[in-house]
Amino acid sequence: MSEAVRVSDLTKTYPARRGGARVVAVKDVSFELAKGESLGLVGESGSGKTTLTRLLVGLARPDAGTIVIDGRTREGRERGRAARLRRAKEVQMVFQDPYGSLDRRMSVEAALRDVLRRHLPDPAKDTVRARISELMDHVGLSEKHLGSRPHELSGGQRQRVAIAKALAVDPAVLVLDEAVSALDVSVQAQILALLNRIRAETGVSLVFVTHDLAVVNEVTGQILVMYKGEAVERGVTAEVLRRPRHPYTDMLLSSAPGPNWQPERVAELRAAFAGTP
Amino acid sequence: MTIDGISARTAAAPLAGRRRRSPWTFRVCIAILGVAVAAAVFAPLVAPYEPDATDFSAIWLPPGPGHWLGTDQLGRDILSRVIHGARPSLLGAIALLAFATVLGVLIGVVAAWRRGWVDTVLARITDVMFAFPGLLFVVLVIAVFDRGPATAVIGMGLAFAPLIAKFTRAIALEELARPYVDAYRLQGVGGVQLIARYLLPNLMPTLVGYLVVLFGEGLMSLASLNFLGFGAQPPSSEWGLMVQEGRAGVIQGVLGPALIPGLTIAVVVVATNVVGVRLSDKLAVRT
Ligand SMILES: Nc1ncnc2c1ncn2[C@@H]1O[C@H](COP(=O)(O)OP(=O)(O)O)[C@@H](O)[C@H]1O
Ligand SMILES: [Mg+2]
Repeated sequence: MSEAVRVSDLTKTYPARRGGARVVAVKDVSFELAKGESLGLVGESGSGKTTLTRLLVGLARPDAGTIVIDGRTREGRERGRAARLRRAKEVQMVFQDPYGSLDRRMSVEAALRDVLRRHLPDPAKDTVRARISELMDHVGLSEKHLGSRPHELSGGQRQRVAIAKALAVDPAVLVLDEAVSALDVSVQAQILALLNRIRAETGVSLVFVTHDLAVVNEVTGQILVMYKGEAVERGVTAEVLRRPRHPYTDMLLSSAPGPNWQPERVAELRAAFAGTP
Repeated sequence: MTIDGISARTAAAPLAGRRRRSPWTFRVCIAILGVAVAAAVFAPLVAPYEPDATDFSAIWLPPGPGHWLGTDQLGRDILSRVIHGARPSLLGAIALLAFATVLGVLIGVVAAWRRGWVDTVLARITDVMFAFPGLLFVVLVIAVFDRGPATAVIGMGLAFAPLIAKFTRAIALEELARPYVDAYRLQGVGGVQLIARYLLPNLMPTLVGYLVVLFGEGLMSLASLNFLGFGAQPPSSEWGLMVQEGRAGVIQGVLGPALIPGLTIAVVVVATNVVGVRLSDKLAVRT
């Protein structure tokens, strides 16, 4: 079994807000992700990326479709501690907001120890300590930050801690929802490099969500382009970025400011898009 | 202390530290509460007389050297009675708040956690509880348990619980929306553990400030009930009851026996409010 994730025909609809129509946040999305590979999920804000990740990790329940992670079909109704811990080992997630994604009461060390006590097969003191050092090393944090609480850390450091916490569970798949979007560019680059190293060293599969096309090529081999809840294009990242087949991808690409950026053309493409569903 | 020592200290104290120093009103209020608590704990040691020692040769004495705050209609020393009254007054308010907090936090957290119909049902229940005046609960509880300190505490506790429930629900909803809660869920933390071990400790700072403010209100409500005769019974020197008993003197033109416990209540209530408001400002700092 070399597949980490297989998602088939995933659909999620939110009930209508007052005066509006039902929101189809994710519609018939399917994709696979091989073990140790990384998939980029791109699309503009509101295209359903966050909803898709929440379905994937089990924080939301799909209306239709199946999710298989690490060879096991994820069921909505699984109870009991053993099932919860097993699900945790399948997939972990890093959230967008570096300020809200850590428990402000806990120091870095306390937070990591808390996860490891739950998830290490042998949670003896020495093994926990050794694993904490290893994790800190993985995410490029020095030991002097062990005693820091979240408010004493920068946004980039917090996201490193969040990544370390997710890795502490030793998951098969790691999902990052806009995990670097709130950080400035140089910090972004460091964390992207870190993710590549972690993937190479631990063999974890990545689902990397971003609205920033400049970032996606750095860390992902495969790409899935979302538009209004649907997956409009799939393929090898470098190829899709070089020769987009779907007009939406084309538009996304030309929207990104760069050497050949033409604001008039972006406006033109966007106007064309407003008409087509 | 040498000059060097002083300058080293001023240099070490950062500007922020100076700004953070509490205003004198806050420190005075802390001191007042400290005195009240000390009186409650050490009453028998510090009170000059027994609280119920009558002396019919010294009735309605004005404040003077023998009796610093005067005596009441039975010749009991008012200072001693106020000191001894600290214990039932403060313990009553603590019991009231503890009961209301357990009930209110439970309702609020469950409503925020379960959402949906559970939330709706609990919201209706608290609304109905809100609609009843506290006194009505007390009357209902008296009908079942007869009058006494426990009656007043339970009755008022039922009146306070919906306030705490509403407050807890609001802050719990905000807290549960934070991604770290989702992170705990993904780690496989079960609902009960998540609430007890991670959510409640995170709510505590905000909650404590609110509870300290409510403590003042609880103290006052209980004193009112005791004044009305629903709670503590003579010879207790609970402050509300003292005011009630002191009314006999007011008719005779002797204000002390009613005024002094009344002022004591007012001072302690104001002090807890000042401390509570400041605590909630300081503790509720969110990152
Ligand atoms: N909890 C929710 N309730 C109702 N609508 C939602 C909810 N979450 C997301 N949506 C809607 O679903 C659509 C997709 O949102 P989202 O998945 O957050 O997109 P993205 O992450 O790509 O910005 C949006 O139109 C959004 O308004
Ligand atoms: Mg999003």
